[in-house]
Amino acid sequence: MSRMELTDIIKEENLVLKKSALLTDNVMHYCPGCTHGVVHKLIAEVIEELGIQEQTIGISPVGCSVFAYNYIDIDWAEAAHGRAPALATAIRRLHPEKYVFTYQGDGDLASIGCAEIMHACNRGENIVVIFINNAIYGMTGGQMAPTTLLGQVTATTPYGRDAKLNGFPMKITELLAQLDGTCYVTRQTADTPAAVRKTKNAIKKAFQNTRLDKGVSFVEVVGTCNSGWKMTPVDANKWMHEHMFEKYPLGDIKDI
Amino acid sequence: MAEVKLMKGNEVIAETAIRCGCDGYFGYPITPQSEVMETLMLRKPWEETGMVVVQAESEVAAINMVYGGASCGKKVMTSSSSPGISLKQEGITYLAGAELPCLVVDVMRGGPGLGTIQPSQSDYFQATKGGGHGDYHLIVLAPASVQEMSDFVALGFELAFKYRNPAMVLADGVIGQMMEKVVLPDYTPRWTEEEIEKISGSWALTGKKKNREHHVITSLELEAHRQEVFNEKLQRKYREIEANEVRYEAINCEDADYIFVAYGSCARICQKSIQLARQEGIKVGLLRPITLYPFPTQPISDLCSKVKGFMSVEMSAGQMVEDVRLAVNGRVKVDFYGRMGGVVPTPEEIVDALKNKFSI
Amino acid sequence: MTEEIIIAGFGGQGVLSMGKILAYSGIMQDQEVSWMPSYGPEMRGGTANVTVIISDERISSPVLNAFDSAIVLNQQSMDKFEPLVKPGGTLIYDPNGITHHPTRKDINIYQIEGTRLAAEGGNPKIFNMIILGGFLKVKPIINLDNLEKGLKKSLPVRHHNLIPMNIEAVQTGMDQLITVQKL
Repeated sequence: MSRMELTDIIKEENLVLKKSALLTDNVMHYCPGCTHGVVHKLIAEVIEELGIQEQTIGISPVGCSVFAYNYIDIDWAEAAHGRAPALATAIRRLHPEKYVFTYQGDGDLASIGCAEIMHACNRGENIVVIFINNAIYGMTGGQMAPTTLLGQVTATTPYGRDAKLNGFPMKITELLAQLDGTCYVTRQTADTPAAVRKTKNAIKKAFQNTRLDKGVSFVEVVGTCNSGWKMTPVDANKWMHEHMFEKYPLGDIKDI
Repeated sequence: MAEVKLMKGNEVIAETAIRCGCDGYFGYPITPQSEVMETLMLRKPWEETGMVVVQAESEVAAINMVYGGASCGKKVMTSSSSPGISLKQEGITYLAGAELPCLVVDVMRGGPGLGTIQPSQSDYFQATKGGGHGDYHLIVLAPASVQEMSDFVALGFELAFKYRNPAMVLADGVIGQMMEKVVLPDYTPRWTEEEIEKISGSWALTGKKKNREHHVITSLELEAHRQEVFNEKLQRKYREIEANEVRYEAINCEDADYIFVAYGSCARICQKSIQLARQEGIKVGLLRPITLYPFPTQPISDLCSKVKGFMSVEMSAGQMVEDVRLAVNGRVKVDFYGRMGGVVPTPEEIVDALKNKFSI
Repeated sequence: MTEEIIIAGFGGQGVLSMGKILAYSGIMQDQEVSWMPSYGPEMRGGTANVTVIISDERISSPVLNAFDSAIVLNQQSMDKFEPLVKPGGTLIYDPNGITHHPTRKDINIYQIEGTRLAAEGGNPKIFNMIILGGFLKVKPIINLDNLEKGLKKSLPVRHHNLIPMNIEAVQTGMDQLITVQKL
């Protein structure tokens, strides 16, 4: 028998899921169970479905998703820690015909990049911001993030986050919704097929919004970091349901 | 004939940027260079050439806007003064690491810390030796007149794109605040998308086309050996810049026994000192580095056989003098005279210093 | 010809604009010029000064420690700049508010009562042009035609209707100059 090719094994008529043509074949470096991979896939699908591959420029952050540019086949700039909204501001203003988005984690966006995101939102830049909130610094090994919950154990809160010592979990998304420069602010998650579909719709709407000159469209995705949280992926999802959504409730915060 | 105008150095930076087809300016107010953005906002170039002007929330944001604009192959710039330039260092090293062309204007004031708003040259090390982390250089141009403030905006962009490297115009409060005659360049249109494709099409973010790989602007390479290969490439570029781009001016050096080495406003003051010294029969010349990086090492070295000594004159505690010493390499005496903290030396005290240090 | 001038007084007296008009007028007669202000917190009410150089040759230092002429408009400036006038040079001052008058014997000294004349003329804004007139009487380095052109260049177009009034003020200054000490 001759050697079977991949196409023989996976026949077109048997496909139930097709990888977006915009997702590269590079093996993702994310841990099994991580939310980044799912959101990457959704962004690639949205760009493909809108047919805007040639018009889209992404800005990757510093953090686990620093290498986002290896996985989605569009032009990318990799920003210094927290500065992605500043890059996006200039790129969108110099290229008003393009779709410009930043992809940022909670340390990048809500801690070191707090000023940049606040002011990009306040100026009403016509960009998309995808904000992954998993309440921890993943890449550097699980330290406390601004969004880390009270009592949550991390490498720098080994006895749990203590408000007296570390302050409070930061609801940056609600803060940004207060600004006149944001037009669409929503919080989603990606742990079930239904949630994934809702997140994809939110991302698609955000990209479409940038044509309307209404300001920043901001999509928070509450995700898991099972490595940082030191849990199995299944337990991490459970923990997210039990703890994260209380502080970070899902749904649209602003839509004008 | 082009019109002669009387303008401030800072105003000229803004006006020339518009005229040489700059695509974007991103800044944050700081004395003594706030007139740059003020002039731009008053001129509204977005209505005229389409140039984008943004008052950023911080110097950090401004330089990262430059990073974003430069990623697209656009002619973009920022300006600031010393404390603001310190804040921009993160962005500048990223720009150097991602090999992005751009222009940074630094109108120096005295430090350290918040220091003073008065003129200084105490950021020579920061400008020429790196400033941020990692092995890198900026191409550093030092204007000594308002006319050169104009000329070096265009030259800075030209060199930045020639070498895919950030360029800096290193001025000081004197050059920024003074008014002199200036002839501004004619208008050059901003580059079209087609021209950008031709000039920077191999790397710029223009949107991924079907017929090419996607472009990624990054300074990240986690594999040590590959990062070393990249560092070697950067160093080759710097050697090329050192071989091709040294610029300087020699004034009264032919018969000189002593040479002042000075740049920017100090070079202007030294020219007055030369007049005063020569009235007393002391033959002094001036070697004025126009590029601080690459430094005019060879021209200084060539003078060693003809002169008795060099005196570096700076508004600093003695920074450029180190490069003068390296160039002279012990062959003749090298000394230094400087003022700090925003104090501008007078022509007379420079002559006195020369006489004292060289026992004339 | 090189004329190195310091103009010094209070912010708001029109010190910087007087310097700018002088410099622009120099350009109108094809000369080299530089205008170097003190800057920063020395704004309205504080001290302000500007060094103006007008020359037939390329100008070396825009920052100086000795001046051919000093135009002094308050006591602090008198204290600071009287010693910096070159021997044989010229000091012109408005006596208004001056308690310690100049004492040097090796320079030319003139008074111009700009504050009083401007007040009498009912327009304090022409103060600096009266002073400038006094200066140009002593040092006719700029002719009136070129001064008018310089005014046109340095004033915004919407203020060009004020030029005749300014030229008149210069004339007043020229007529009212008082010689205190001439070498």
